[in-house]
Amino acid sequence: MSFPVRDRRLLMDRSVSGRVGVLTPPLDVPEQPLPHASMLRDDLPLPEVSQGEVVRYFTTLSQMNFSVDTNYYPLGSCTMKYNPKINDEAAQMPGFSRIHPLQPESTVQGALKLVHRLQGFLAEISGMDAAGLATMAGAQGELAGMLMIRAYHLSRNDTGRRTVLVPDSAHGTNPASAAMCGYRVVSIPSDSQGNMNLEALRNACDAETAGLMLTLPNTLGLFNSNIIDMCRAVHDAGGMVYGDGANMNALLGHAKLGHLGFDVLHINLHKTFSTPHGGGGPGAGPVCCNSKLAPFLAAPVVESFTGEDGAETFRLGTPEASIGKAGAFHGNFGMLVRAYTYIRSLGEQGLREISENAVINANYVLNALRDHYHLPYDRSCMHEVVFSARTQKARGVSALDIAKRLIDYGIHPPTMYFPLIVEEALMVEPTETESRETLDRFIEVMKEIAMQAEEDPQLLKNAPHYTPNSRLDEARAARRPDLRWRAVEES
Amino acid sequence: MTQGIPFSPYVPNTEDDRRAMLQAIGVESVEDLFADIPEGYRQPTLDLPAQLSELELRRELQALSDLNLVPGRVPCFLGGGAYDHFVPSVVGHVISRGELSTSYTPYQPEVSQGTLQAIFEFQSLVCQLLGMEVANSGMYDGASALAEAALMACRVTGRERIVHMDTVSPAYLKVMRTYTEPQGLVMEPLVPGEALPEDAACLVVQSPDYFGCIEDVERLALEAHESGALLVASVDPVSLGMFRPPGELGADIVVAEGQALGVSLSFGGPYVGLFTCKSQYLRQMPGRIAGRTVDTQGREGYVLTLQTREQHIRRERATSNICTSEALVGTAVVTYLACLGRAGLRRIAELTYHKAHYAASLIEGIAGYELPLGGTFFQEFVVRCPIEPAEVNRRLLERGIIGGLDVSDLVPNGLLLCVTEMNTREEIEALASALEEIAR
Repeated sequence: MSFPVRDRRLLMDRSVSGRVGVLTPPLDVPEQPLPHASMLRDDLPLPEVSQGEVVRYFTTLSQMNFSVDTNYYPLGSCTMKYNPKINDEAAQMPGFSRIHPLQPESTVQGALKLVHRLQGFLAEISGMDAAGLATMAGAQGELAGMLMIRAYHLSRNDTGRRTVLVPDSAHGTNPASAAMCGYRVVSIPSDSQGNMNLEALRNACDAETAGLMLTLPNTLGLFNSNIIDMCRAVHDAGGMVYGDGANMNALLGHAKLGHLGFDVLHINLHKTFSTPHGGGGPGAGPVCCNSKLAPFLAAPVVESFTGEDGAETFRLGTPEASIGKAGAFHGNFGMLVRAYTYIRSLGEQGLREISENAVINANYVLNALRDHYHLPYDRSCMHEVVFSARTQKARGVSALDIAKRLIDYGIHPPTMYFPLIVEEALMVEPTETESRETLDRFIEVMKEIAMQAEEDPQLLKNAPHYTPNSRLDEARAARRPDLRWRAVEES
Repeated sequence: MTQGIPFSPYVPNTEDDRRAMLQAIGVESVEDLFADIPEGYRQPTLDLPAQLSELELRRELQALSDLNLVPGRVPCFLGGGAYDHFVPSVVGHVISRGELSTSYTPYQPEVSQGTLQAIFEFQSLVCQLLGMEVANSGMYDGASALAEAALMACRVTGRERIVHMDTVSPAYLKVMRTYTEPQGLVMEPLVPGEALPEDAACLVVQSPDYFGCIEDVERLALEAHESGALLVASVDPVSLGMFRPPGELGADIVVAEGQALGVSLSFGGPYVGLFTCKSQYLRQMPGRIAGRTVDTQGREGYVLTLQTREQHIRRERATSNICTSEALVGTAVVTYLACLGRAGLRRIAELTYHKAHYAASLIEGIAGYELPLGGTFFQEFVVRCPIEPAEVNRRLLERGIIGGLDVSDLVPNGLLLCVTEMNTREEIEALASALEEIAR
């Protein structure tokens, strides 16, 4: 099970003068006069490696990763489900992958039609009136959504709204996005059931409240059963409710955020809609909203027109009071193609059963491990379950040690130390694409680790044992930043 | 027909599995697990088209794809921030590897050394190319990178005025406005002939500029520094295969759209923003950064570092809200740079330069067309047309050519043409003859 010693030299250290990885064509036009030499660079310090070396190097790198294609990956709140291969094939079709974003609209009707349909699908799934797909990541969708709320208030000359309410269990992006809109963030505590405290929320709502940012189910994997009252409290104060759609995998065809009272939300296509995570992107963060906020969507959105001949044509449009552009072009189109393909491969019943199986799988794990790990909120969960390693911590073994020991069994660790309100948190999201046998094995491994924590804590503290690197010195990395290759004589 | 086909090939649970699991959980039915959803809101209908099998789906997608006109199958002379350059086969191969494409952000470094080392390579080669000291792991695209650079300059200087050249891409300026206006920051163009205002946080320049011209970044950097402002530059990375890098010219923060380095056009995304700065400003930089360190056995390895700048630690006081960005696109860029290497990228830049200048010289010789801007350009140039550029483009399309970008709102009758190594001599000459016909 041990990894062989690998050649991990960096590209610049592999460089041998005269090697090349690909040939370029000869010049087929007359040579033109070059600009003055003072404008040109003397040297281009890039590596020189042959093609086979490039492929072997990157293949070697890839083998040092855990991934959904190779490992069970129950990383909470990240929805690491299987990424269907037809999605990638679709995105690579030449009519999608090779078209220029500024082509005349008449030459990209297929692409615009796909985006227009996906806008409709996402609005339907979330129970909203409109959708814009220009935002390129979940956090950018959040920023756009909060800017829409801001623009809405300002459009009504309601200029006194300066605060945004965020539960203490929220993702860090929520307060960060609100701050980028110039808002002051007010944290709302959770109650003993893991819900946001309704009384605290009511007390915090006032004439300065621009809105509430809420994840549903929340980051504990729990559905706030008093969600209707929460939205009402915010609306009664004149605020808007923002939905962080990170956990939408629990709700497909089971509840629509728009019906529950949310005004605007973002969806992480790289979570719920199966586009690959890419080791940290690309993702996509479409925004869906109700008719009050639709005029403020980021540009562009795709609009359809029916001509006199009855033929439908598609155009890029700017909503009348748009918050502006989020990126240079129309969003991460390649990811939109993948999400479109995914939704088409499932349909209504398929999507509903996604969430059912995601929720069954999470509860199956919850139930099997409740006697072995502390369960801070003892109720049935939605698509993910948060355990606490506080029992183990009392014996000197932390959530981190448990996470690292899982690696020895070929299982990616759950999310650790989040949400912040749970001590020694281990957040497990199995997703619907894992089989009962995989879950059974995970459960057995987790039980075994719980026993090891009692009998041989050092085994956990030294984990992982079989990876290319043992635990890394993160403090040293931050204290003495070494962030790029340097020639030996420089360092 | 066979009955009982499962609803999805992506979900392994059978009816038997579900029954057994629900029993283990101790509930009667799956609905019991959704009981926290208020009554009256449960199981809404989803009005979506019916599910398709993979075979049917491939046909539908192929039909949609076929509705689009593909550059390369027809000549295309569009640039304006997205550029059709050659992509070696190796790039697609590397980023298709599931171990790289289906992994998450490398929060667990021991099982993410592949992604982390690839990010470290990306930061290294981006610094080498741009001549800068430090880089992050990438931003959403070039435009959002420039907007974040302006925000960063305000943080560094403690000032609130962002001054930009009027030759920066209008789309980039719009994105910058989206990011800066809510924070009460002021954006204004540099008034020609006047000095930079005393309280400017930065001077923002694009080179080559929106119209293709190489800017005098060195002079502008001096000017910015005289006012205590930073010089923020947005550059074209392929042009740096031959032109002097901004790091040599005194720029403080340099960003670029990385798409031209091995990333397919994909109708505008996903791309990747390159983000670099002088090392003294490192701790104000947004985004993820990988760093080299050692493990408990003294072996070198990589981790995400300087995370106290980031949202998951610092929350509302973070340098940015950015988290998931464009890591895999960054891996495409670094694979591209490895393949092309020292000689190859210079060669691509030179091919592009010569072909663009050949096209410009042909068009300049056609009666009715002029190159009004002068100056040194790389791959894009503005042509003043004898008739409206929209009409020129329409007539080019009739002849099977995707023309240029209509910039007549900024330059009278201006058409911004882009030529890269992808355009053959035949295509360039076909463009010139078509323009000649159109002018008649």
